[in-house]
Amino acid sequence: MCGIAGLIHRGKSSNVGRELTSMLQSLKHRGPDSTGFALYGNPKPGEHVLRFKVAEQEDMRHGFKIHDQVIERRAEVDRRLDELGARRISEEAATEYAFRYWISFDGDMKKLADYIEDVEGAEILSIGNALELVKDLGDATRVSGQYGLAEFDGTHAIGHTRMATESDVDIRSAHPYWAYPFNDISVVHNGQLTNYWGFRREMERRGHRFMSNCDSELIAVYLADRMDRGEDLEEAMRRSVGELDGVFTYVVATSDKLGMAKDVMAAKPMVLYESDDFVALASEEVAIRSVFPHEIDTYDPYEGEVMVWQS
Amino acid sequence: MAELDQAHESYELGMHTEQLSGRTQQVFFSAEESDNLVYPWAPEVDFDKSAEVDAESLGQKAVNAEIRRLMSEGFGTITVRNPGAKHSLGVGILNRLNLHFDGSLGYFGCGLLDGPNVTVSGRVGWSCGENMMAGTVVIEKNGGSTFGAAIRGGDLVCKGDVGSRTGIDQKGGTVIVGGRAGAFSGFMMQRGRMVILGDAGKNLGDSMYDGTIYVGGRIEDLGVDAVEEELTDLDRHWLTRKLAQYGLETPNGVENMTKIVSGKQLWNYDNLEPTEKKLVL
Repeated sequence: MCGIAGLIHRGKSSNVGRELTSMLQSLKHRGPDSTGFALYGNPKPGEHVLRFKVAEQEDMRHGFKIHDQVIERRAEVDRRLDELGARRISEEAATEYAFRYWISFDGDMKKLADYIEDVEGAEILSIGNALELVKDLGDATRVSGQYGLAEFDGTHAIGHTRMATESDVDIRSAHPYWAYPFNDISVVHNGQLTNYWGFRREMERRGHRFMSNCDSELIAVYLADRMDRGEDLEEAMRRSVGELDGVFTYVVATSDKLGMAKDVMAAKPMVLYESDDFVALASEEVAIRSVFPHEIDTYDPYEGEVMVWQS
Repeated sequence: MAELDQAHESYELGMHTEQLSGRTQQVFFSAEESDNLVYPWAPEVDFDKSAEVDAESLGQKAVNAEIRRLMSEGFGTITVRNPGAKHSLGVGILNRLNLHFDGSLGYFGCGLLDGPNVTVSGRVGWSCGENMMAGTVVIEKNGGSTFGAAIRGGDLVCKGDVGSRTGIDQKGGTVIVGGRAGAFSGFMMQRGRMVILGDAGKNLGDSMYDGTIYVGGRIEDLGVDAVEEELTDLDRHWLTRKLAQYGLETPNGVENMTKIVSGKQLWNYDNLEPTEKKLVL
């Protein structure tokens, strides 16, 4: 069934890493297979944060060769970044197979993404000025601890706890999805899309790439495509409610916005709390209570509803 | 009208006689069976004997077990503090009891009740009051989707808004919503009464077999086989009394509410022979 959550502070930064970890841990029972975070920090001018992995967590348990391959693949990614003129400002190994780079790059982002993902086993989790996307197998506490997210300061964040149903238990099928190749757009989803394959083929014909067979990835690609054609986030989301078929509630974030959309059947849950300076939303109120233990007024958004908040 | 007593009125409204007569339907319960009204193992409780449970550090099972333990010791009035939107609280109580939740409940709260009077000062999540058989549940704030799913009896009241599929498969009792109800409310309703004082979302009463829905606000659209019918004096009298019971009123007055019932076109479908069904399909 999966759990989704999001939060946004209006006009200030907070420890969104710790807050989202707490919310997602409360939703563990909705999906223990993997957990993902899309965190929006305080961007530095001219800098991008690149999150990528060069192997699946599961690969690391199979044989000794993979450890050497991970080193070779990372070196190849470095070489390709240099070749395209991306300056590596600093680097960090989040795990043996997942990395966080701060880069300076003003070239074609799609070309850069395609070239890096052409390296065997490589997948870009996110590129953004503000966005940092982390996902791995295990619950929120484990993933947050593994990637050191508890100290992450930022304005907003979205996350997902996954119950694998229609695709594998692996990182590439975990949410959130980055809206390749666009800066700072990420999506989490609870539900099933029934016109996935038709839309996927259409999107592929338009030049978009899919890294998984997970239907949720389509939402990120769809929104990216609509925004590429000039629509703003809210317009793209409203269109998606009519064009995407199935049952879904999804949450999307950009560098300065948080949005949610619910299908016309309202078959997937979402509870919302909104105050003057903070908005939190989750599949279950218990997740919001993990950040706000005191009594608060919450409500369910209506069927077919689209809402967007500014940070 | 005013001289009608409640028993007479309920008979006139069809609450005792509306039964599904399709081949696959059965009558499971009759209000006349007095031995069904109290369970033989139900503990004697004293409403003047009260207790409090602090749920803050307890899991949901522990909270429910504590309510049972207090009932077995004769406590008839129990207040649960800090429910914290935990799931499945206050379920399966087959007893007379005054139960108050000081805060909000998560999913599946107050399900399978048969007898207690429950109040919730906060909000409730999905599927509150599911399969409720008797008693009352009154929620002060909003409710989630599938509010009162498959309810069979009693009064389930939410003073705020509720989500979609409210009263799905309702088999009896009364569901009252003070605000708006979402899409597909009254879906496959079989018996009972639903009162929505605000607006109703799309596909109201879709595929309803029987029962009645009253709406005070705007109806986005009606579902398949749901049709509008004229309000009668009995309807107006019953609505006035029922709403007053819970301190509720409809902005445009009871006389301007819309009454929705089943057109019974799909319902008759069940009486068709298999070959006839093929023709319909």
